[in-house]
Amino acid sequence: MIRLVLPYPLRRLARLGPEVELECREPVTLRAVLDALEARYPMLQGTIRDHATGQRRPFLRIFAGEEDLSHLSPDAPLPTAVAIGAEPLQIIGAIAGG
Amino acid sequence: MSQVQVLVGTKKGAFLLAADGTRQRWEIQGPLFSGWEMYHLKGSPADPNRIYASQTSGWFGQIIQRSDDGGRTWFTPGGETLPDPYSPPAGASNRFVYDTSPETGRPLTTHQGYDGTQHPWTFKRVWHLEPSLDDPDTVYAGVEDAALFRSTDGGRSWHELAGLRGHETGAQWQPGAGGLCLHTILLVPGNPERLFVAISAAGAFRSDDGGRSWQPINRGLKSNFLPDPDATVGHCVHRIALHPARPNVLFMQKHWDVMRSDDAGDSWREVSGNLPSDFGFPIVVHAHEPETIYVVPIQNDSEHFPPEGRLRVYRSRTGGGDWEPLTNGLPQRHCYVNVLRGAMAVDRLEPCGVYFGTTGGQVYASADAGDHWQAIAEHLPAVLSVEVQTLP
Repeated sequence: MIRLVLPYPLRRLARLGPEVELECREPVTLRAVLDALEARYPMLQGTIRDHATGQRRPFLRIFAGEEDLSHLSPDAPLPTAVAIGAEPLQIIGAIAGG
Repeated sequence: MSQVQVLVGTKKGAFLLAADGTRQRWEIQGPLFSGWEMYHLKGSPADPNRIYASQTSGWFGQIIQRSDDGGRTWFTPGGETLPDPYSPPAGASNRFVYDTSPETGRPLTTHQGYDGTQHPWTFKRVWHLEPSLDDPDTVYAGVEDAALFRSTDGGRSWHELAGLRGHETGAQWQPGAGGLCLHTILLVPGNPERLFVAISAAGAFRSDDGGRSWQPINRGLKSNFLPDPDATVGHCVHRIALHPARPNVLFMQKHWDVMRSDDAGDSWREVSGNLPSDFGFPIVVHAHEPETIYVVPIQNDSEHFPPEGRLRVYRSRTGGGDWEPLTNGLPQRHCYVNVLRGAMAVDRLEPCGVYFGTTGGQVYASADAGDHWQAIAEHLPAVLSVEVQTLP
């Protein structure tokens, strides 16, 4: 079971609590996690990855603990601690005005 | 007694303002979708319980919300949480992908950027939602970068009407200060083949075949910021409006100039007349008097506030040319708000109600066609759009 922390606006959009638990296919990659998330919560399609390009939205970053995974290939294996659910994968919105 | 519901989109959420037909006492519901930019909400003329809303964010992109109960509850069509995680979603209501299929003959083109270089079309947000006049499940979306989409399944899926973006002038379109946005869609009662749209800064366009092909309708517009002020495209049209009883008469608030066409846009003439400034954003037509129109003059294109700090709506009862200021109940000193292009609307009661919202977060209403005004909401986030539902 993968644990995932989403930004507050997306938690509200999908009516989720502070952390989401997801079944995820092996190997556990960012693409696999987001595929599982969007399959379970379709209203989140397009909010983390752009519909047209499939790219991560530029104001979002992805962390495991303090490790910045934002620029990893979406098909690279995620750290073991994330893959076994020992620590959550965090999707963080940029701190910006507005 | 009839009721009125005002749909207000703001920079940080949406609000629903409701009153009975006297339009004196208002109840405010909201914020809905707080924290998100609500570019536009609009009810279906065919089913007033059906409301579509454009919810958008620089962080998380575009969401389409829909209500089937007049705004009490909302959902993302096709995006509902699935009981079975392996069942396919019913749709993707926020999937606005430009049509690049060879079947359309309109592959993805490029448009002009601020610096004059060519840029590929990139979807950013939905500015305008225009529900069909007779089918609650059909709705048009005007988006940035400028293109027109249509859904025929209640917003679950969207398909581009690519003939507009693929028009031979597309490479000359350029963004205005708000982006290259398709911000106005007008449908014509009794003539589903005819549509009008307006794009900043490309101009106005008309389709006579249900949106398949388009022609620019900008003859008579003059824009001094263009190398050729009379160019076919490139004009910063801020808003167009029509009265359903006379759909060949169009009114336009351009960047500068208030314009009028009596031939469905084939030609335009200026009707700014005695306005204190002919710069502004919205223009609306009285519900029962096709020659009565309203604008809100703004000082100029860098000082986006009313001339002399006095918030005045101007009304013409002659279809333009001759204008009178409407000030009763509006602040007449130290007022430096703006009224954006989508932030003015009328109801269909008698006498006609007129409504507008400001970037200062006020929503003003007049229950007597503009003679008297009252603030029906104050201290909201900056108002992006105002629409009105007249309910039985």
